[in-house]
Amino acid sequence: MTGKVVLGIESSCDETGVGLVRVDNSGAVELLADEVASSVELHARYGGVVPEVASRAHLEAMVPTMHRALRTADLRLADVDAIAVTCGPGLAGALLVGVSAAKAYAAALDVPLYGVNHLAGHVAADTLEHGPLPKPCLALLVSGGHSQLLRVDELASKITEIGSTIDDAAGEAYDKVARLLDLPYPGGPPIDKAAREGDPRAIAFPRGMTGPRDAKFDFSFSGLKTAVARWVEARERSGEAVPVADVAASFQEAVADVLTAKAVRAAEELGIGTLVISGGVAANSRLSALAAERCAAAGIQLRVPRPRLCTDNGAMIAAVGAHLLLAGSAPSSLELSANPALPVHTISV
Amino acid sequence: MLVLALDTATPAVTAGVVTLDDEGPRLLAERVTVDAKAHGELLTPHLRDALAEAGAGMGDVDAIVCGVGPGPFTGLRAGMVTAAALADALEVPAYPVCSLDAIAADVPGEAPLLVVTDARRREVYWASYLAGNRVEGPRVQRPAELLAELGSVTRVAGGGVSLCEFPAAVEVVGTAQPSPVGLVRAAGSPVLEGAAPAPLTPLYLRRPDAVEPGARKRVSQA
Ligand SMILES: Nc1ncnc2c1ncn2[C@@H]1O[C@H](COP(=O)(O)OP(=O)(O)O)[C@@H](O)[C@H]1O
Repeated sequence: MTGKVVLGIESSCDETGVGLVRVDNSGAVELLADEVASSVELHARYGGVVPEVASRAHLEAMVPTMHRALRTADLRLADVDAIAVTCGPGLAGALLVGVSAAKAYAAALDVPLYGVNHLAGHVAADTLEHGPLPKPCLALLVSGGHSQLLRVDELASKITEIGSTIDDAAGEAYDKVARLLDLPYPGGPPIDKAAREGDPRAIAFPRGMTGPRDAKFDFSFSGLKTAVARWVEARERSGEAVPVADVAASFQEAVADVLTAKAVRAAEELGIGTLVISGGVAANSRLSALAAERCAAAGIQLRVPRPRLCTDNGAMIAAVGAHLLLAGSAPSSLELSANPALPVHTISV
Repeated sequence: MLVLALDTATPAVTAGVVTLDDEGPRLLAERVTVDAKAHGELLTPHLRDALAEAGAGMGDVDAIVCGVGPGPFTGLRAGMVTAAALADALEVPAYPVCSLDAIAADVPGEAPLLVVTDARRREVYWASYLAGNRVEGPRVQRPAELLAELGSVTRVAGGGVSLCEFPAAVEVVGTAQPSPVGLVRAAGSPVLEGAAPAPLTPLYLRRPDAVEPGARKRVSQA
């Protein structure tokens, strides 16, 4: 057997992820295992992730998830050549569990440890499905906690933010609008489903940050959420039933429209030929359909990893570790600590 | 046998290497830093450095003993997941110990003892002991309630002592936080016997602060 086995640990939010990949000298990264334990159901009744609940769940899930991943890959801990762990950005208490576990495993196994950026992980997820990324490429990261446009020159060393949300993340807007419509948490999937029966042109919701004076590549979803709330409340006041499918479809259209318009414009202006969309919201059916349409029209290659790789997982973190190993990057020290506000350009610490 | 002892239930990051035989535990090396924000950063380096000072490596470890609280949330988990991961990777047992028991285990004598540590939010964790055995606790309470409830106290130990207004006659004994030897002593005979360890379950004693959302807030003016 050739190549090196990299173990990835993810615990930045409500998913405990352990992944295993094998990387060979040609640069090919093969996915061996991707196990995730989610605490999302424990947060549902609170309408959002409760940090302490997430942290407790990480502690319980860490070793069992590790064992599941090893079993899936048919490997033993002694086969692991390097460990990568998310050290930020994310929830402090949640990150701490993964980072502490990774340090202990690295010390016990005497293998190098890489503290890596969660956002770089979302970009790297696509390499597990579609192979190496062209250089440069543009990445649109849309999840419950993040909405960003990134220029990726080198996965292991050079990622630059070119735009981000100034208020709510796209997934957060989905979750909040779902609550307005009495749909369950997390809101992305039920809104996506309801929207299929609705008319996306029924209600003209505002497209945030698209005025001539607004930052070209930044996003804003808080005004959209408020507009939806006002519209729903006006309906309720007048005693009429709220047309959930039309509201969902019109809201979703506004989100997908802004995200894809800005991403395509950025790719064109920066002269970048490939767009990667990742993060939980990349699973959205309208976002991927509209992105495909607009990328095709603009001659941009679109890459979207399968939903399973779009949401938080350990395999994407292992993939970043694999790229760091290939690039000969220096490992982190065992003094590594979590950084909840780790900036995106810091790919490893 | 060589035992790695660790505790992160108090502001101290405690790591030690202890040798254990029929005569009891004896400290070989320890690294302790009192910094409530440094558990995540320093615990594994402390364990590595203590092992090096003891002239040993990770592969020489026969067992792990870990304080499982009660302790204010976040730091506690750094220690527990470290113990769980080390035990997993080294294929050795990890024995849980109530961190208050470990403080009590360092105090000689049979007389009644109260161990108190800082639970933050103006509360303390406590347990009481007689002849070395825990007779009540661990619990979390306001210091005033604890004092009202406990009739007479003669000896107290632990880092929460200064948070309580004990009568002047009360004798302060022992240490502010668990020591490596105290941890191993509190873990008792199962360690030397190589018995199957109990699960590493944290003693949180508090429910997470989380409120279920009430009615939706309106954004429009009525
Ligand atoms: N089909 C979908 N359409 C829109 N949003 C979705 C869909 N599926 C999931 N989401 C959203 O993705 C977010 C979770 O994504 P994830 O990458 O796991 O995020 P985070 O790291 O922020 O927790 C949630 O806000 C959820 O509502």
